[in-house]
Amino acid sequence: MSWIGPLKLKAIGVLGMNRRNVAYIARYNDRRNYPMVDNKLTTKLISTEAGIAVPDLIAVVRTQHEIEQVHDIISELDEFVAKPAQGSGGRGILVVVGKNEDGYLKANGETVGLEYVKRHLTNTISGLHSLGGRNDVAFLEELVKVDEYFAQYSFEGVPDIRLIVFKGFPVMGMLRLATKASDGKANLHQGAIGVGLDLASGKAIRAIQYERLVTHHPDTGKLLSEIQIPGWASLLHLATQCYEVTGLGYLGCDIVIDRTKGPLILELNARPGLSIQIANNTGLLPRLTHLEEMDTAKMVVEDRVNYAIDQFHHFAVPVTEDILEPALDPAEQQPTQETA
Amino acid sequence: MTNRAPFLFLVTSLIVVGVIAATFRHDNYGIPWLPDTKSRIWQVEARVEFRASGGPSQVHLTLPPVQSGFELVSESAASSGWGFTIDEGNQQRRAHWTQRDVAGNQMLFYKLNLAASEESHQPNPPTHVLPIVNWDEPSRTAARHLIKTVTPITAGPHTLAVQLIQTINRTPADQNVSLLTSNYAPSELLTRVLQTANVHARSVQLLELEDGRRRQSLVEYVQVWDGEQWRLYDPQRGEVVETSHLLLWQTGQPSVLEVEGGSQSRVSFSMISQTRSSLLLAQEQAGDLALSLYNLPIAEQSMFQLIMLLPVGALVVVLMRVLIGVRTSGTFMPVLIALAFLQTDLLPGLSSFIIVVAIGLFIRSYLSALNLLLVARIATLVLLVIAIISLFSIISYRLGLIQGLTITFFPMIILAWTIERMSIIWEEEGPKEVLIQGGGSLFVAILAFLLMDLAVVRHLAFNFPELHLLILAMILLAGRYTGYRLLELKRFEALRK
Repeated sequence: MSWIGPLKLKAIGVLGMNRRNVAYIARYNDRRNYPMVDNKLTTKLISTEAGIAVPDLIAVVRTQHEIEQVHDIISELDEFVAKPAQGSGGRGILVVVGKNEDGYLKANGETVGLEYVKRHLTNTISGLHSLGGRNDVAFLEELVKVDEYFAQYSFEGVPDIRLIVFKGFPVMGMLRLATKASDGKANLHQGAIGVGLDLASGKAIRAIQYERLVTHHPDTGKLLSEIQIPGWASLLHLATQCYEVTGLGYLGCDIVIDRTKGPLILELNARPGLSIQIANNTGLLPRLTHLEEMDTAKMVVEDRVNYAIDQFHHFAVPVTEDILEPALDPAEQQPTQETA
Repeated sequence: MTNRAPFLFLVTSLIVVGVIAATFRHDNYGIPWLPDTKSRIWQVEARVEFRASGGPSQVHLTLPPVQSGFELVSESAASSGWGFTIDEGNQQRRAHWTQRDVAGNQMLFYKLNLAASEESHQPNPPTHVLPIVNWDEPSRTAARHLIKTVTPITAGPHTLAVQLIQTINRTPADQNVSLLTSNYAPSELLTRVLQTANVHARSVQLLELEDGRRRQSLVEYVQVWDGEQWRLYDPQRGEVVETSHLLLWQTGQPSVLEVEGGSQSRVSFSMISQTRSSLLLAQEQAGDLALSLYNLPIAEQSMFQLIMLLPVGALVVVLMRVLIGVRTSGTFMPVLIALAFLQTDLLPGLSSFIIVVAIGLFIRSYLSALNLLLVARIATLVLLVIAIISLFSIISYRLGLIQGLTITFFPMIILAWTIERMSIIWEEEGPKEVLIQGGGSLFVAILAFLLMDLAVVRHLAFNFPELHLLILAMILLAGRYTGYRLLELKRFEALRK
């Protein structure tokens, strides 16, 4: 067991928990704006209103009475996802990938009946899956179909990309891959893999599991250093827009890439974790302080994305024009075609 | 930091004010910085409560006699509107309160300061001839029989008393004994039998001295004159030799409290142990308007001795979280556990805490299968905790482990919440996280306990309340600390490569 010296840590510019809480979350995130991101349904509604791509909302279930009518809604669907609005750590998410004569097919291959779905929704609204067991709201959304490119890397589950957005600038990114240990969830605490991404190109920097370096995915055996996120610039664009929507200065955006719709905002986080620095092999502080000293008031989304690409790249090699191109186009509000 | 200057000014002034005020108190009242353990003083407070029925009323309270082991330093009574005198009497001192016209709930205080002393007093031999003991018929035969069986194997009052206590408390009891014990309380029975056997015996009322106790009552023991001195016997256990914690309050017949013109009267006792110098302060300040905790009644003082330790525990929690990065379940739960440890002692407290939480977690795992709502679940856990605690106390008492009884000092609601939280962590993040957070909480609790248990800390916290400004300053500083936590040096270790 070895340690790293505090001076070395400071030289790298690592942001620690205390500093994150005092100097960033407390200062840049207004508490009034928290409910917007702590409730996934609210996040979804305000994002849709602002024209930010999210998985489509199918239905909201608030009362037991509405559960009784859920059959009418889902009878026409072949696939859907049921989620608690205030679920924690990926709990209470029911993924239905198909339908056959016996009932609904879950992601793990199990077939369940309509009663099972209803019971799941009852448990959700009574708060079984929510933080502290508070009463909750359930909602149904369309199933995100994993892009072929990611399917080979992830063990079950949908991989997502976490981008830290500070004052509206993307400052660091990480791909999260589910593992057997994480039970198909893209949650680093539970053993998911984090792959640090070059902010300019979306290329893998290095990968960690349980905050220690790994080179290959333990379950799929794929070499992780070869990863490059397709349509990277459109992701940066999407995440950057979230700043305007939430007003949160220090924000974590979780993005999934759908096979047909491209990048979608899945969740927002007002207290994003710090492990992303280990995966990126660098600290957040130099980038954050750089932006703190800057007057950013007049910069629009495109300016900020370009500035971030220019400033915070990891690899010295200049990035190719075609990756930069979509972000340079100001008319590009919903860049979906690049993701294929 | 934009508003750094006012913040630093605030912190500095807190420290300066705290230090100056403490120094002032030290210089002017002579309170020592360190506890002086040599001259211990017991401050005992008797609280008489009753409901006056209107019209004239008077109250008699027996006061402790001159005795070996204790030296009377001072005494006082606090009871507004009441006339107060002390009747020296010939044998028994008594406090006497009077008022001409009074109605409603009354509260009278008598405070007594005693120093532990080495000096021994010449005991008063029994003055009058033995009283003739009146027995009802079946009891008389039983008592005679009891004396007849025990006397041949004894040689004098002392051995007779010891043998009698053994016989009376032997299980299974013989027929004569069970007849007698069903009619008389233990100490009364022992006194009567001894007197029937022509031994000078009397029941006495004692106060058990233990620091910080509140709302205590007197316990009844028996004294026997062996020709040279009065020896003390616990009617259930035998002779008591170690008497330094036992204050003789009353000997002989009249009851401890007599109230005329009132009803529902009761007397209870509180005590704390202090150093002699802080007592001086208490006396000096009693009349002053100075803000001192010594102005409070003793029952409240002993409560404040605990309350004043809370900030110390809070500081430990803050420092462990901010500087080290220890994860605990529930932010200030460790302080409350540490506070309970102060009353139970570390090992009995720690083991009973772990046992209760472990059993609770086990049963809670069944509760989660029931899919209860949060409030109902917590309420169920509260009942569960009470059940576990009662069972635990009964079993440990049966096994003769008195320490098991101290489990009741743990706040039940805190125990219930701890179980609830731990079990949620177990379900959501696995048993490893339970060990990390549970271990973290106990680690912080033990650390806080060790600090709060230090005599110096207790002394400073109670005698120099202004030093809490320093603690406040430290907590404020820690709240603005933006450096790394110790455990982060381990967490970010992979960044070396």
